[in-house]
This record gives sequence, C-alpha cells and structure tokens, in this order.
Amino acid sequence: MAQEKTLVFALMDAPYESANTATALRLIDIAVRRGYAVKVFAYEGAVLLPFSRQQRHPNAIHGRSVEEENHLLTREVIAFLIAAAKQNGGTLDWVNCGLCVDERGAGEAIEGVRRGSPADFWQMAQAADNTLVIGTR
Amino acid sequence: MKVLNIIETAYRATIEEQDDTIVWLSHAVRGAGAELGVLLRGNAVSYAVKGQNAAGLTFGGWRQTQPPDIAHDIVSLMAKGVTVYVMTEDLAKRGIEPTDMIGGLERISRESLVPLLAAHDRVWYW
Repeated sequence: MAQEKTLVFALMDAPYESANTATALRLIDIAVRRGYAVKVFAYEGAVLLPFSRQQRHPNAIHGRSVEEENHLLTREVIAFLIAAAKQNGGTLDWVNCGLCVDERGAGEAIEGVRRGSPADFWQMAQAADNTLVIGTR
Repeated sequence: MKVLNIIETAYRATIEEQDDTIVWLSHAVRGAGAELGVLLRGNAVSYAVKGQNAAGLTFGGWRQTQPPDIAHDIVSLMAKGVTVYVMTEDLAKRGIEPTDMIGGLERISRESLVPLLAAHDRVWYW
C-alpha cells in the first residue's frame, strides 16, 4: 500500500475575520478524510482558531437562542478534524506559533494542539509532499 | 529544498509586531537551515526604501521604544545569505528610484518571474 500524502498548511487569519479560514478548514477536512498526514502551522491570528475559551452566543437578529443558533466554533471544528483524521487512518498535527500565542494570551488551546516555532514549520515543510500558505490579505 | 517567500501584503501589523511578520519568519526558518529567497512585490516593494522612520509612537504614557525597521531587517536577512528580489514594475509604479533603495537587492522584471519561480522547489505566497 502506497504511503499516504503529507500536506502542510500555514494559516495566518484569525477566526471570524476572513473566508480564508473556512476554505482552509474545508481543504483540511478533505485531506483528513483521505487519510493524509496533515500538519498545520498556525501563525499570528490563526493561533486563536483552536482557542479553548471560544463560546457560543445567541443571535437576537436571527431570533435564535444559543442552542438554536448553534454557532460554529473553530475550536470544535478542529477537534472534529483531529478525530476524523484518526478515524481515517491519518493524522492532524496542529502546531501553534508559540510567540504568536504569547502576544495574544492564547495559551489555552484544545487537546491535540501543540506549541511550536517557525523551525517546526520548516521541518514539517521539508518532510511534506507539499505546503499551502494562506496568508492574511 | 529551496523556497521562495513572496511578500505582497505590506505593513501588515508592523507597528504592533515591530517588524514584518514574513520577513521575521524568513529570518527564523533561515536560522533553522532553510535555503531561501524572498521576493518583494506589490506594496511590499516599499520595504526596500531606505530612511524610513516609524519612531515616536506614543499612546498616553506608553512610548514605543523599538519601532519597526524593516529595511534594516531585510539588510540583515541578506547578510544571512538570503537573496531578496524586488519587482521593478512595482517600484516604477510607486516612483521608487534605485537611489531611494537599500543596496544588495536583486531587481527583477515580471518577465523574469517565471524562471525565478521555476528555480525554487516551493513558492509560498504570503
């Protein structure tokens, strides 16, 4: 059996600011469904994507309660992606840039997220079949 | 593996970060052993202009003591063996003359972009 691909994603956008985030998460979803080894380097605002204190809120404009609104939380999406990777025989290794975490006070991340540095990004990219950078515009 | 970092978005939180985050990242991965080139295009060609001074920012009693000095960060990146390219058409559009710029940059035209991309194993467009 051929070894599955290893893909690296470098993300920069903070949650709830850009369509880039949903696009990146959808691409990662496809990759983990295929059992790929996926590695994410979250840089700058993207370290807040797995921030564990994200909370749902009601939406008065929609006339919906917290439960009804069921607001998307990126921390939950990432947790589901990590689980889906395991279920499909792959991996999702999510590395938050440590200095970016510090300057944002974003140290509380969900389980499965680890702290790293640009050196980790470089090592991941070297070992990967390819790397996709999605920078903030 | 040889990587080309293309920087187009300029002055992205440079006051808060006290640097350009991708120039900084380029320093960091170079320190980790990366073989690297950097291309400045679009508004980021302004990083090549010498004599910029972002000093003097204050908010109430808070004073920024280490303002960004991106031209200096680019010079020090080149000193680490990273070739920094700058797009001539983007310089011309902004009226930036060679005499306005820091030394050591490789000026390339749009026509030369394709062979430059082809000379790298990975292109990361920030």
